[in-house]
Amino acid sequence: MTTLIDAPPSDADALLPSKKKAAGGGLGQYILVRFLLIFPTILILVTMVFFLMRITGDPITAAMGGRLPPDQLQERIHAAGYDRPLLVQYFEYLGQLATGNFGTTLSDNRQVTEMLTTYGAATLELSINALIVALLVGIPLGMVAAHRRDHLPDAVLRILAILFYATPVFFAGMLLKLVFSVWLHWLPVAGRAGTRTELSLTALEAPTGIYWLDALRSGNMAAFSDVMSHAVLPALALGLLTAGIFLRLVRTNVIGTLGKDYVEAGRSRGVSEFRLVTKHAYKPALIPIITVMGLQIAVMLGGAVLTETTFEWKGLGFQLANYLTARDFVAVQGIVVLLAVIVAVTNFIVDIVAALIDPRVRY
Amino acid sequence: MTAETTLEPVANPRASFFRRLPVVSHFNKSVGLQRFMLVVGLVLTGIFLLTALAAPLLAPYGFAQLSDADGNFPTQQEPGGKHLLGTTVGGYDVLSRVIWGTQTALLVIIVAVILSIFAGVILGLVSGYIGGWLDRILVVVADAIYAFPSLLVAIVMAIVISGGQSSLLGGILAAAISITVVFIPQYFRVIRAETIRLKAEPFVESAKVVGASNVRIMTRHIYRNATRTLPLIFTLNASEAILTLAGLGFLGFGIEPSSAAEWGFDLNKALADTTSGIWWTGLFPGLAIVWTVLGLTLVGESINDLNDPRLRGRKRATRKAAASAAPAAAGPGTETESSNP
Repeated sequence: MTTLIDAPPSDADALLPSKKKAAGGGLGQYILVRFLLIFPTILILVTMVFFLMRITGDPITAAMGGRLPPDQLQERIHAAGYDRPLLVQYFEYLGQLATGNFGTTLSDNRQVTEMLTTYGAATLELSINALIVALLVGIPLGMVAAHRRDHLPDAVLRILAILFYATPVFFAGMLLKLVFSVWLHWLPVAGRAGTRTELSLTALEAPTGIYWLDALRSGNMAAFSDVMSHAVLPALALGLLTAGIFLRLVRTNVIGTLGKDYVEAGRSRGVSEFRLVTKHAYKPALIPIITVMGLQIAVMLGGAVLTETTFEWKGLGFQLANYLTARDFVAVQGIVVLLAVIVAVTNFIVDIVAALIDPRVRY
Repeated sequence: MTAETTLEPVANPRASFFRRLPVVSHFNKSVGLQRFMLVVGLVLTGIFLLTALAAPLLAPYGFAQLSDADGNFPTQQEPGGKHLLGTTVGGYDVLSRVIWGTQTALLVIIVAVILSIFAGVILGLVSGYIGGWLDRILVVVADAIYAFPSLLVAIVMAIVISGGQSSLLGGILAAAISITVVFIPQYFRVIRAETIRLKAEPFVESAKVVGASNVRIMTRHIYRNATRTLPLIFTLNASEAILTLAGLGFLGFGIEPSSAAEWGFDLNKALADTTSGIWWTGLFPGLAIVWTVLGLTLVGESINDLNDPRLRGRKRATRKAAASAAPAAAGPGTETESSNP
């Protein structure tokens, strides 16, 4: 598939006035427009979170209210500058963000940037693990369901997919914990690693924060297996939720392409059914699959908050819940901004990949 | 769940009113597995609705009841005897809280969906019809909210509205409004796209020619035609609303246990029990969530599939020999009995 052909002007442009600016250009211009769109997205989310959080009051009263005498509270509010006009604070905050300064958390007095990198690595690890589970389970099963459409395997798999979706990730996590940790004693109940492993891993030089990577780099196989045994249940809980969505996605799109003439032609030439489904029908079906997978990142981040709380996995979601309980809005804002950046950048990448695969996407 | 919706008149316009009702027409069109899934979904949803309506009759105790004539309820008691599904660490009766929880869930769904349809439809109509810079700003804002993890949006809204703790009415409103904010962009997108399409139709132009005002065109001519897909989004959103409510409750932003029974909150409390092998406090509220979401999703999914001729199993195709059914049914669906004028 050639990727550098200019998109022909289409009638769709006339129907989408907001997209007119993006029309007509080549791939370079398309990428540029998509890239520039990242910034308003982030700005809108940051603005919303900032003003919404301030409706509830200033961060210091929220965090310390009732625990400090009123005059001391006033003093600290004044010292932090929270008694100035809201707009002044807003632009100051934006200025700080632009220079990468997220402020200091109120409840445990840490640099927000440092907190984000520490816990972000844990969330990244969980998301990667879950994504692996989701891909390994979702794509093959989706192909099976598409191939055996309207037969027993398809029926079972479709109901299974809906069941995965209908089970809240924290309930799935709780059931997995109950069966595999409490009753069977096969896997640890919670956390990212045992205490000793955790100590040995943080003592490493320049740790990535992704535990299995660190364990592999240091060649500590005992630590590696410990980390892996902790990773299984959270990855399953979060991964199966996403696997259900992938399964449906692959099934629907492969059914679409299986009906095409070239598949029939392949069949008449004697191409095996297995090859037809996994190669001929699957590859063209990839475009919508990749697009939706990108959108799933947002769902996964939301699910990560719940999974981390369930398994005491000390990542961004776990910390977010803690900071929310402590009413530490500086930290909450920091986490939300980071997630907004991740979501916006992912959507950008998905748009670009989709455009590279299929020139028609670039209106 | 991002569902691709195709617009196609669902029912034969000449059929009787009853047969044209959304779910009924879908039922008549369905076959085999699809009909089975639709029926299972309807049964599960029906039982959920009945339980919610009859909760005062069904529940053995109140949702916040800690004692009866014989004294205080025991805590963490195993299922059986007086407490069919056991009691929680706080001494609540699990069965009663599961049953009363249906009411909370139903109330939140209704309020959330009504609010978001209201706001989303108005914004979508105005944005699509007027266009220009207003449209662009609204689209960018809606896309930003849509792309963000919905649970986080709901959490931020829950903090803003209730400060985190709440009474029954306040809690339900807070949860519902938080969910509404998540859903408005979805309704907005659908209605806006439809409005833009309809704006170019001849009947809108002729309305303009005879001098109808913009408001009249929007409310009479476009609104009526743009809202056909709403039942589908409604069912899909209702199940998402339940999951969001449970997620909020699980993170501690739900409704206080003394003001209403909420499954997510109960699961939060049950998390610590799990480690010590106490399964009944978490299992039953969790199953209640799965039950409700499963029912609503099955209905929504079936309607979605039946609206899409490519995914709809066809009666003639299934009557053929099983071996040839799969490739034959996968062909591009063209014979839609409904769209013939």
